[in-house]
Amino acid sequence: MLRGAMMPVLQRRRGVMGALSGLAAVALVRPAGASTERLEAAIRAFAGDAPVGAGRVRLEVPPLVENGNAVPLTVSVDSPMTPGDHVRRIAVFNERNPQPNVITALIGPRAGRAALSTRIRLSTSQRLVAVAEMSDGGFWSDSAQVVVTLAACVEG
Amino acid sequence: MARVLINVPRTVRRGEVFEIRALIQHTMETGYRPDAGGEVVPRDIIRRFACAYNGEEVFAAELSPAVAANPFLVFTAVAAESGTLSFTWTGDNGFSQTETRPVAVE
Repeated sequence: MLRGAMMPVLQRRRGVMGALSGLAAVALVRPAGASTERLEAAIRAFAGDAPVGAGRVRLEVPPLVENGNAVPLTVSVDSPMTPGDHVRRIAVFNERNPQPNVITALIGPRAGRAALSTRIRLSTSQRLVAVAEMSDGGFWSDSAQVVVTLAACVEG
Repeated sequence: MARVLINVPRTVRRGEVFEIRALIQHTMETGYRPDAGGEVVPRDIIRRFACAYNGEEVFAAELSPAVAANPFLVFTAVAAESGTLSFTWTGDNGFSQTETRPVAVE
């Protein structure tokens, strides 16, 4: 008897929960979609219409960082770095900082190795993309997902 | 003059690829951060870093507000001949600073 009376309430609750989680999903997906578009636009501004392949680039970032104000980042590219075959530029982009660009490095055969390390800011958990431009005009990339527990730009 | 830390090996062998580390003291104010009064602090960043080996540029980088305060860069160069490495940082509000370090090639 009791169980019978409870059932509709539970079902109604489940209905409300379902609607709420649907709303939450929409709220989460929309800004992510906009920021992904912005990230794509920034990569297009760097690479032009050239296809960007996955591989040859290694983007190393810790998967979980406590402090978004200084996140160590290393990008290395598989290249012999000879005058005939080298990396021209390496760029790093982010998905959800106020601006999509992080750093663009110009290198060449005199650098010897196509590698770069620096420390960056991340305003929230997000995806990072590194793109390298080769001397033959090809573009290669790698991406990494970072979880940030203390965001940059929050503390005044 | 901002404080600078540059790490270059004292001697390198000809043809060797050596690592260079360069750090400059700079707030890299993003232009998005409010101050105590709620006003947004205007952007003040280093926009470009370049390293020249005997006058020829071997590495350069365009920085954005997403680069952490006191920008730190690690990169490499091929030892060609003895000479000087010059490091130049330029940025907002007319910021410009150049430092040089000798490099001896054996």
